[in-house]
Amino acid sequence: MKCFTARKPNPMVPLDWNPNDFSEIPYAVYSDEAVFAQEQKQIFQGATWSFLGLGCEIPKPGDFKTTMVGDIPIIVVRDETGALNAMVNRCAHRGNLVCIEESGTVERLTCVYHNWTYDLQGNLASIAFERGIQGKGGMADDFDHACHGLPRLRVETYCGLVFGTFSVTVEPLSDYLGPEMRANMDRILGRDMEIIGRFRHGLDGNWKLYMENVRDTYHATLLHSFFPTFGMNRLSMKGGIVLSEDGLHHMTYSMRATDQAESQYNAMDLRAVKDGYTLKAPELIEGWPEYDCGTTLAIQSIFPNFSVQQVSNVITVRLNVPKGPQKSELTWWILAPVDDTPEQRTMRLRQSNLIGPGGFIAMEDGAVVGWVKRGIAGAADRKSIIAMGGRDTEQSSNSRCNELSVRGFWKGWHGLMAD
Amino acid sequence: MPDISNSELLARIDDLNRRYGHMIDDGDFENWPGLFVENGLYKITTRWNYQNNMPAGLMLCDSRAMMEDRISALRTANVYEPHSYRHLIDPPMLTEGTGYTIFVQTSFAVFRTMQSGASELFCSGKYLDKLIDLNDGLKFHERIVVCDSERIDTMIVIPL
Repeated sequence: MKCFTARKPNPMVPLDWNPNDFSEIPYAVYSDEAVFAQEQKQIFQGATWSFLGLGCEIPKPGDFKTTMVGDIPIIVVRDETGALNAMVNRCAHRGNLVCIEESGTVERLTCVYHNWTYDLQGNLASIAFERGIQGKGGMADDFDHACHGLPRLRVETYCGLVFGTFSVTVEPLSDYLGPEMRANMDRILGRDMEIIGRFRHGLDGNWKLYMENVRDTYHATLLHSFFPTFGMNRLSMKGGIVLSEDGLHHMTYSMRATDQAESQYNAMDLRAVKDGYTLKAPELIEGWPEYDCGTTLAIQSIFPNFSVQQVSNVITVRLNVPKGPQKSELTWWILAPVDDTPEQRTMRLRQSNLIGPGGFIAMEDGAVVGWVKRGIAGAADRKSIIAMGGRDTEQSSNSRCNELSVRGFWKGWHGLMAD
Repeated sequence: MPDISNSELLARIDDLNRRYGHMIDDGDFENWPGLFVENGLYKITTRWNYQNNMPAGLMLCDSRAMMEDRISALRTANVYEPHSYRHLIDPPMLTEGTGYTIFVQTSFAVFRTMQSGASELFCSGKYLDKLIDLNDGLKFHERIVVCDSERIDTMIVIPL
């Protein structure tokens, strides 16, 4: 860390914005280049923890994978001691990518351009022809190896999830997540897990459009008609929303077989409810009560761009990486406990048809990001309305007919951007 | 091997693949599950997932009934921008044949045309097929669609 220079924040990009009301959001935040640049400094390189991957992706010393923190390429590597390190994937010499492959196993990190090598902690280990050839050439006398390692991130893990941050001031990961968020992660991921599938999903819109969608409980039964038709999620089921204190993270949950107000749905002419639509293969949604608390759906987002999800018995984590102001790329990891019985594994795999880019209850989310992007073209000076359930950002609600979590996102976002 | 020459068999498989492609490209989705046996498997995965033995799929139907559910959801439940596919399917390559069970693999490319009018490459990959040659003709016992890219653009609702 000795040579790491903290970046100076820029002033907040001027936007038509009331910092005390997060129920109206200017559309410029989804397309503006300056906002995007500001987010890189204030959010992705700021006082947040970014998801880097799963410890089980790089189980052995020397295993590495690459990822992104905002627009910065990152290497995550397990060193000789078994510790996880993360550093910027950019050679100190000319800025070339050190790791070109998406993952692999190495003894040292070697830049192919001029053969500079780094150890698994990111320290500069060797420079090709550092002393020149036959006494001629060679590196400048004042060149100090110690100041030219790969810039390192702080790395911490929780429930097998690896997080990193550029910030030297942000609180430890456990405190950043807070007790409410940790409890849900403990419940779902606090056991030996393995990856049973991983898919990338290109989204035609700003990263925040998708993260709002993850937190938006209002749309769930309206856009996704698969849910209500089969009784898997109605807003009238028992459930609620919990936000972390600062609004940064959220968790929404529901419990099947607690529906007291079914008639409210049947009475309303909602597009989402179709008559006579039954599955010919109901085993698709066959599951078992896996959790004592009875939770059958839980969606959790960890600011800025990470999410943990339990849909019945399908467990996924998602990371949505910004790819410029108007594109983003989601990765889905589908997880399962290593000690699943064969029957449990089969049920999880069938249920996994619900999620992902082709998921019965997820495919619309990818599409709606692009539709909103197209809808708000030319409307940078106008605003969206996020006022279901009022305009405030209280910390919890027992109704999911509420856009509280989305307002919480903006409260957290604004706090960091204006910091 | 069934008692016919490989070239005749390959021509019949080629014909099945062409019917498969045109059926989907023409929007004749309801007939698509009928190309499979009743306990057939249809799975869409990617090269990385396939090479790493990842069992989950982008779509995973382990019966014809589940394929029919995919189609009825596509028609009645799921919400998406209308679009169409164009399959370009290579001739099949026989990898193994024992009795009435035949294994082939076939390269394909699917172009997707959206409302904007753009026809763009949506997916390239290969079909790994296990076929059964019975009295009612060749049917898929398994079709594993291995996409070259790990990344799907926006969403996938129509089978590949």
